[in-house]
Amino acid sequence: MYRQAAYDDDLYRRSRPGAAGYVPPARFEDAPPLPSALSREVPPDLPELSEQDVMRHFLRLSHMNYGVDTGMYPLGSCTMKYNPKLHEVLANVPLLTMHHPEDPPFFVQGTLALMWHLSELLKDLSGTQALSLQPAAGAQAEYLGVRIIMASHAEAGGGRDEMIVPDTAHGTNPASSAMGGCRVVELPSRDDGRVDVDALAAIVSTRTAGLMLTNPNTLGIFERDIHEIAGIVHDAGGLLYYDGANLNALVGRARPGDMGFDVVHFNFHKTFATPHGGGGPGAGAIGVTKALEPYLPVPRLVRDGDTFSWSYDAPRSIGQVRAYYGNVGVMVRAYAYLYANHGRMHEISGQAVLNAMYLLHLLKSHFEVPYYDDAPLRMHEFVISCAALKKETGCGAADVARRLLDYGIHAPTVHFPLVVKEALMIEPTETESKGELDAFASALIEIKKECYEDPKTVRSAPHVASRRQLDILAAAKRPVLSRMHERG
Amino acid sequence: MPFLPSEPDNESMRACIGVNDLFSDIPPSVRLSCPPLTPPPRGDVEVERAVLGTVGANRPVVSFRGGGVYRHHVPAVVSSIVSRGEFATSYTPYQPEVSQGMLQSLYEYQCLMAELVGLPVVNASMYDWSTALAEAMLLCVRVTHRDAFAVPDTMSPQRRAVLGTYAAAAGVDIIDITHHPETGQMDLEHLAAVLGRPCAGVYIESPSYLGFFEEHVPDMAALAHDTGALLCVGTDPLSCGLARAPGSLGADVVVGEASHLGNPVTYGGPLLGLFAVRDDMALIRMMPGRLIGKTVDADGATGYVMSLQTREQHIRRERATSNICTNEALCAVACAAYLSYLGPRGLAGLAEALMANARYAMRRLSSLPGWEAPAYRSFHFREFVASSPVSPAAIDAALAPHGLAGGIPVGTHAALYCITDLHRRDDIDMLCTVLEGL
Ligand SMILES: Cc1ncc(COP(=O)(O)O)c(C=O)c1O
Repeated sequence: MYRQAAYDDDLYRRSRPGAAGYVPPARFEDAPPLPSALSREVPPDLPELSEQDVMRHFLRLSHMNYGVDTGMYPLGSCTMKYNPKLHEVLANVPLLTMHHPEDPPFFVQGTLALMWHLSELLKDLSGTQALSLQPAAGAQAEYLGVRIIMASHAEAGGGRDEMIVPDTAHGTNPASSAMGGCRVVELPSRDDGRVDVDALAAIVSTRTAGLMLTNPNTLGIFERDIHEIAGIVHDAGGLLYYDGANLNALVGRARPGDMGFDVVHFNFHKTFATPHGGGGPGAGAIGVTKALEPYLPVPRLVRDGDTFSWSYDAPRSIGQVRAYYGNVGVMVRAYAYLYANHGRMHEISGQAVLNAMYLLHLLKSHFEVPYYDDAPLRMHEFVISCAALKKETGCGAADVARRLLDYGIHAPTVHFPLVVKEALMIEPTETESKGELDAFASALIEIKKECYEDPKTVRSAPHVASRRQLDILAAAKRPVLSRMHERG
Repeated sequence: MPFLPSEPDNESMRACIGVNDLFSDIPPSVRLSCPPLTPPPRGDVEVERAVLGTVGANRPVVSFRGGGVYRHHVPAVVSSIVSRGEFATSYTPYQPEVSQGMLQSLYEYQCLMAELVGLPVVNASMYDWSTALAEAMLLCVRVTHRDAFAVPDTMSPQRRAVLGTYAAAAGVDIIDITHHPETGQMDLEHLAAVLGRPCAGVYIESPSYLGFFEEHVPDMAALAHDTGALLCVGTDPLSCGLARAPGSLGADVVVGEASHLGNPVTYGGPLLGLFAVRDDMALIRMMPGRLIGKTVDADGATGYVMSLQTREQHIRRERATSNICTNEALCAVACAAYLSYLGPRGLAGLAEALMANARYAMRRLSSLPGWEAPAYRSFHFREFVASSPVSPAAIDAALAPHGLAGGIPVGTHAALYCITDLHRRDDIDMLCTVLEGL
C-alpha cells in the first residue's frame, strides 16, 4: 500500500532571527565597505536557519517526491530507467569536480581523456564520424543541429529555410527549428502511424533544409521506410536530423548513421541512465557526418599522442551554443554506464523492447491501441488511447494517470503525441522486472474497471499523494511565482 | 550493474507475446549482427577502477580562474540533500501531486533568488549564464520587435560567442559599447550614441567580467528606457548579498550564473543559468523556461504546480518562447538549499570575505615589480585584472609545477584573477612567491 508523506513545511516559517549554521570564511585583511551607491540598502530577505533546519526541511520535501528510486516511472519518451549509484560516487570524486573550465589542459588530462573515449564510443554507437559533447540537453542539440544544417546550406548558396517535422514529433523539434531560423513544415503520419512518404515527396523542394525525425517515432513505431525517406530528403538537397530521445530502442542493434541520418543527437539522461534531477541537468551530444564536421561548435577537443587540448581554430564552425564544453558531470556517468555495458547494448535495447511489448500484450485487449491493426510491433514504448473510455465513463487519460499514483506507480506521459486523442504513452524501460510490469498492467486494468464502477474516485484522484488535485487554472489566472511576487 | 536480465522471466514474456522477431520492422540492411557480449559486462569494481584510472591523469590545482564560473565549497548538507533519490531520479514534475517536493524546492529557489536580484519572477533555470543571456536577448527582440542588442565590450568572450550564435540565427545585430580605459566603466556617451539606432535591449554586467561594479546602472537604465529598450543586467548573485540588487537599479531582466551556490564546478558543467524579469505580464508571457507557481489543492492546502506552460515548447511548439525542455533543476535545488543554509548574514559574510581577500591578493600582487592590480580603477568584488611584466602563458608555465593556475588571460600582459572561499592566504602567498621568482 502506497502513502506519500504530506507535510506543510515552509522554509520561511522555520526561520528564527539569529539562527545560523554557516560560518563565513576568514578575511585576510579588512576591506572598506562598498560606497553607499553600490551597497545594498537592506539585506536580502532570506530565512535564518540552522543546518538541522535546512536538512529537515529538504528531507521532508524529498519525501513528497516520487523518483525512479521510489517505483516504476513509465513516462513515455523520457526513458526513466534505473540510475546506478556507482555513477554518483564516480561523478563526485574531487579530481573530477575541482577543475575550472579555464584551467590549463595540463591539469585535466584525465577529464579530457574521458571525454575523448566517450566521444569515440558515441560515434561508434551512432554511426557518425565527428562529435561534439557541448549541448546541455536534447533540445540544445536540436538547435545546434539546425544551425549546422543551415550553415552547410548557406555555404552551398542558401535559400533553404524549411525544416520538415512530423506531426508525431516532440515539441522541442519545431521549437528548435524555429529558434534556429527555420520555417516549420508539418509532415502528416499515415494510418500505420508512420511518416507519410508520399506527403514527404510532395513537401520537399529547393526550400527544404532538412527533416527532423525520431526513430522509432513517439508512437514507439519504427519508421520502416527510413531508406526511402532519407532518399527523398537527400535527393531534394536536404539533410536528415535524428532526434535521439528514443535511441534506447535501437542502441547496439542499428545505427542512425547507417540509416542515412546526417546529424544525430543523444540524450544521456534517457539512453545512458544519468538521473533526470527533477528536470535536469542532462546532457546532449551531437554526432555528424564527415561532411558536416567543419560546422561543429568550438572549442574542439584535439588529441596529439596521449595529450589532449582545446582548439578554437575552426573558421567554418557555427560558434558556441553554451559556455565551455558541456555537462561534464553528466558525461562521467554516461561514460561509466557505457564502460560497464557497451558490449551488451543490444541486450539492453532488446530488454527495453521486450518489456514494452510484453506490457502492450497485457494491455491490448483492455485499451485501445491506435495504429495497432496496421502496425502491430512497438519498440521501447507504446501509446494507448483513453478516448473511448472517456466517452463512456467521463474518465480520460489524465484521470487514469492520476489514479495510477494511488497505486504507487508514476503516471505515463499524458496527451502526447498529439496525433492520439487521450493518449497515455508508456515506456517501462529495461530495468523493470516482469513482476513490476504485471503489477502495472493489473493496476491499469483495475482502474479501467473503476472508471465504470466508481468514476468519481478516479476523477478526484490522487487520494494518497502528498496533495489532492491541485488547481492549475488558478495558478495560471493569478500567478504567484515567489514570495516577492506575492507581496506585490 | 543496473540490471541483468532474468532469462526465465524473459522466456515467459516472449511466450506471451508470441512474436518471433521483435525487431523485424528494422530493415535488414541496417541491422547490426549483435555479436555475443564483447566486451563482457563489467561489474562495479572494474568500472570504478577504469573511471578512476582515467581520471587519475588529472592533477589537483589551486586555480585563480573565474570569469563567470566559480569553484566554491559545497556544504555537505547541500550535497546530502541533492543526492536524495527522490529528487535526483525524478523527471520534470508533470504529475504535481506526487512531485510536491521538487516543485516546492524549485519555488523556493525562485523565492530566494528573487530576493537576491530584486526582481520577483525567476524561472526554474536555464542551462547557464550564456544561454540565459541569449534568451534575454531573444525576449527583448520579441517584446520590442527590434533587431539590435547592445553589449559591453568588456564582457566575457564565452558569453559573447554564445550570444553571437543565437543572434545570428535570429537576425539580430550585436553592437559593442566601449569603456573608459582607466576605470573600465561603460562609456555612457557611447551608449547614448549607440542607442541612436533603436535597440531591443541593452546588456550590462555588474560585477563586470573584469571584476568591477558598474557605478552608473541607473543612468544606463534611463538611457535604455528613454529609447524604448529593455535593460538586461548580468550578475553574480553572490554579489547581491552585499551589493545593490540589479532589480532596484532599473533592470528589466537579470541573468547570471548561480551554479557556484551549492554545486561543484566540474570543469564547467552542469551550470545553472539564472533568469529573472520584472512583474510585468508582457515580459512574463514572453519569457523562456519553467515557472513554478503557488496554488491550492482540492482541500485548500498550499501546493505548487508548473505554471504559465502555454509559453513552452510542449504546448506552443514552433511558436514557443524557447525550445528549452530539460533544464538544470537539481542544480537549482542545490542553490535553494545553499542559500537557506547561508541565510542573509552568511551570504553577506561570504561576499565580504571574498572582497577582502581579493583586496589582499591585489595588494600582494601589486607589490611585485612591474605588476599592477587592479588594472582598472573601480570598486571590485572578487575578481580583478592584474597586469604583469610577463605573459599569462609564461606565468601559467611557471605556476603549473607548483600546482597553481593563474588568472584567465585577457591581454598579452594581463590576466583576470579570481578569489573564492576555497583560497587560503597561503595559496595567495605561494602564488606571489612563485611569481616573484619569474
Ligand atoms: C522525443 C523527444 N525529443 C526531444 C526531447 C528533448 O530533449 P531534452 O529534454 O533533453 O531537451 C525529448 C525529451 O523530453 C523527447 O522526448
